[in-house]
Amino acid sequence: MIVIEGLHKSFDSHSVLKGVEFHIDRGDSAAIIGRSGCGKSVLLKLIIGLIRPDRGEVRIGGKIINDLSERELMTIRRKFGMVFQGAALFDSLTVAENIGFVLSREKTLTPGAISRKVDQALEMVELHGTRDKKPAELSGGMRKRVGLARALVYEPEIILYDEPTTGLDPVVADSIDKLIQKVSRQLEITSVAVTHDMRTAGRVGQKILMLHNGIIYIQGDADKLFKSTDPVVHRFVNGISDPKDATFKN
Amino acid sequence: MATAFQKFIHAPLTDLGKFALLTFETLHSLFTIRPSFRHYLYQLHFIGVKSQAVVLVTGAFTGMVLCAQTYVQFHKVNMDTATGAVVSVAMCSELGPVITALMVAGRVGAAMAAELGTMKVTEQIDALRTLAAHPVDYLVVPRFLATITSLPLLTIISIFVGIGASYLVGTLLLGIDSAYYYHNLLVYTLPTDVFIGLIKAFIFGGIIATVSCYKGLSCDQGAEGVGRATTEAVVYSSISLLIINFFLTLTLTRVFDTSLR
Repeated sequence: MIVIEGLHKSFDSHSVLKGVEFHIDRGDSAAIIGRSGCGKSVLLKLIIGLIRPDRGEVRIGGKIINDLSERELMTIRRKFGMVFQGAALFDSLTVAENIGFVLSREKTLTPGAISRKVDQALEMVELHGTRDKKPAELSGGMRKRVGLARALVYEPEIILYDEPTTGLDPVVADSIDKLIQKVSRQLEITSVAVTHDMRTAGRVGQKILMLHNGIIYIQGDADKLFKSTDPVVHRFVNGISDPKDATFKN
Repeated sequence: MATAFQKFIHAPLTDLGKFALLTFETLHSLFTIRPSFRHYLYQLHFIGVKSQAVVLVTGAFTGMVLCAQTYVQFHKVNMDTATGAVVSVAMCSELGPVITALMVAGRVGAAMAAELGTMKVTEQIDALRTLAAHPVDYLVVPRFLATITSLPLLTIISIFVGIGASYLVGTLLLGIDSAYYYHNLLVYTLPTDVFIGLIKAFIFGGIIATVSCYKGLSCDQGAEGVGRATTEAVVYSSISLLIINFFLTLTLTRVFDTSLR
């Protein structure tokens, strides 16, 4: 479903990705882990075509998307749902308008049918009674849930999560993890979550890929990573700092 | 050397290229997509209706000060009654559209850049793109359409109020004979003067919308980036429209041959 080959990306003189390669099969759920600033979010944006690689290929459902124009990408992006780190809800719209955004623009459903779909999505993310609220009236966890509902409502084939639990308290983070698991299980969607939270990665990813120094350093299931004796992997999964890392250079 | 090249040549040229692409894409979308009527009306209300107060005040005082200043100079050569004609022609073809555009650039251009800039830094623009909505179609086109519609209408208000206020100042305060004031105003103001003013307002509307939207969509991260984008939107819009006004005046006065009075 998602095939990444030899992906390179630099910003000015700073090389972020230096030949990333992996693939994710249809219906699989993967978690991409790595330290802050290692390029996880950049990788996610490359997958959905929000930014373009310097070199390499991104193939979605067999189609290379690197060279497509913004308008051609709009058709490809219809296959995706994306949940942003800060939820990225539209301030000027209500919760219901945010969730029904794509459906309203496509005009293939009646307003009544859109409203029912919005209610179903809100039920899925367990947010009742919020449809007429503005994003500013919601807490961080609620905003993430609305972001998830907005990404789910038009039944995408792939869903991308950018740091789904960052900035949330452990209880809310746990509920978001469970929600992601529920969505993957019930809707059988291919999902990719980017996180530096090992607990979230272990829960939402059948396959975990660790990004380090611009490449996929290791990939496998949660067990493989937790039992790894590689010092880089061991330190990351157990949250152990190294004096040499004090400047947080990658 | 490389840094100087980057700062003074490469970066401005890149910016200019991106601005040209946005303008082209906006014009292309105008003819290929059907913009949301609801968004257009919302922007029309924000840009047109809500700018009326500021345009009324600036238009009135511009007409009044122009009348007072022209009267002082014309009085020296006993041409007091020509004051109305000068004010009227100036308000129709120059001051009406320019002052209105500057006011709209300050009020609306800043708001557009700040709104789009905030959307950019909070990833709402990226969210739009992931939801298969093109930012130009969804955000720029309704604003562009509303600005090019509003500005000529606001300019008409400004011209009307400016001339009206100058008439009051000229006749009631400065003692110009109202019949001559009115007569000369009508004789020397041609429909082409008004038409030139409206063409300018239409073009200024396009400049304000594209410059402000471009600045918002290309703003840097953080509050500082939004602040800078807002300032630059107002400054670049204002400078651009003053420069373009000069060339429009040269061109339009020749095209419509306004010397034949």
